[in-house]
Amino acid sequence: MAKDLQVGVLSLQGSVEEHRSMLGKIKNVKPIEVKSLTALESVNGIILPGGESTTISKLLIEFGLFEPLKQRIKQGLPVWGTCAGMILLAKDVIGENPHLGLMDITVRRNAYGRQINSFTVSENIPALSEQRIELPFIRAPWIENVGKDVEVLCSLNKHIVAAKERNMLVTSFHPELTDCLAVHQYFIEKMIRAVENNK
Amino acid sequence: MDSERLGLNRNLAQMLKGGVIMDVTNAKEAAIAQESGAVAVMALERVPADIRNEGGVARMSDPKMIKEIQKAVSIPVMAKVRIGHIAEAQILEALGIDFIDESEVLTPADEMYHIDKSAFKVPFVCGARNLGEALRRIGEGASMIRTKGEAGTGNVVEAVRHMRTVMSEIRELSNKPKEELMTYAKENGAPYDLVVSVAENKKLPVVNFAAGGIATPADAALMMQLGSEGIFVGSGIFKSDHPLPRAKAIVKAAAYYDKPEILAEVSEGLGEAMKGIDIKTIAPEDQFAKRGW
Repeated sequence: MAKDLQVGVLSLQGSVEEHRSMLGKIKNVKPIEVKSLTALESVNGIILPGGESTTISKLLIEFGLFEPLKQRIKQGLPVWGTCAGMILLAKDVIGENPHLGLMDITVRRNAYGRQINSFTVSENIPALSEQRIELPFIRAPWIENVGKDVEVLCSLNKHIVAAKERNMLVTSFHPELTDCLAVHQYFIEKMIRAVENNK
Repeated sequence: MDSERLGLNRNLAQMLKGGVIMDVTNAKEAAIAQESGAVAVMALERVPADIRNEGGVARMSDPKMIKEIQKAVSIPVMAKVRIGHIAEAQILEALGIDFIDESEVLTPADEMYHIDKSAFKVPFVCGARNLGEALRRIGEGASMIRTKGEAGTGNVVEAVRHMRTVMSEIRELSNKPKEELMTYAKENGAPYDLVVSVAENKKLPVVNFAAGGIATPADAALMMQLGSEGIFVGSGIFKSDHPLPRAKAIVKAAAYYDKPEILAEVSEGLGEAMKGIDIKTIAPEDQFAKRGW
């Protein structure tokens, strides 16, 4: 029997419960609340949820989690950033200083505008799922540029909204707000399980 | 508001969870709030404590000030309208505000009717003292609920009362057999379909924050432990001695509300909190929470 995977959700602010409840529906996965060093060290992969990137970034720094998280991701810890999580991972954020600065992408915050411009759309993303998936965009960012090692997984009207670079996955949208487990399953099977099987 | 828009608006409230929303009266305070780690700011002309002291009619803020605040920060900007003031809400929607608070802190414009929030594209947050009131506001289209508390007092007792009431009524409702739900809806003046939804899911269909009287990191942690999903702080920050450290401490307390050793650390040396008022000394007709129904 496969060993339970400990999948962390950075639990400082934002769509934490939503991600944890999605993870809880997947077999052999144990969702872990990450807001301490001990918890961070115990996980096989981590989700950086939606929320406010400025808030989450400040709390990471204040509580001494910023550098350890950065180091673990650098060493290959699988990570998936949704919305604010994408902003945290980006090497470049237009108009402000980057946060973790790990992924070779340039991100524009609130790219679609204010809440009145938030939207949802159903798309086919063959890299992530065989079925069409619903993509809610909430005051979402998009990716303006990617480095040469970044694989673009989905573009919407010429803007990149999902991408992958080695152990890092980012989406502008929020699968945790839908009923569809496909992206969570992709992250677990293709990104975490793949690393664990190679150990 | 179609159901897709309603879903997106409830989703924005979900993104604010675990965070602190701060009252600000100008661009400078908004920048301090963002610097402290606020997840959103609430733009208003006077904080509740000043409205209480100065009296007069409290209205929606000047659009000029709201625009300056929108320019000063990247986090969502909320603003208040008077209960029932449809036109103020239309103006805020035209300004592209991210969330409208139909608030008892401002002087009500209508003593009979709240705004039909489903007629708007932007989301609304409304205050509630109990489950029936929360469900009436959600029935009108609110995407987020907060306790009313008693704003501008620096006294958390009313927010505690309202949060405890809502949570215990949810627990009570979830134990009822289906045939008792229509009677519950009738007695509590709540829409039947929402009563059924709460009974089935054991929670409100929208995010529920605490507001009204929160002044210290410990107050924020208390409200989170009682089931609040996030915190509004009004006068508590900019009416205190050192707004930035206090704001930062409240943000940390909301995130680590279940870790007493961290709460002890962040509560240290913040200077004087706002002075505060005993609710019993406020005449019933002067209590903000009694506005709206």
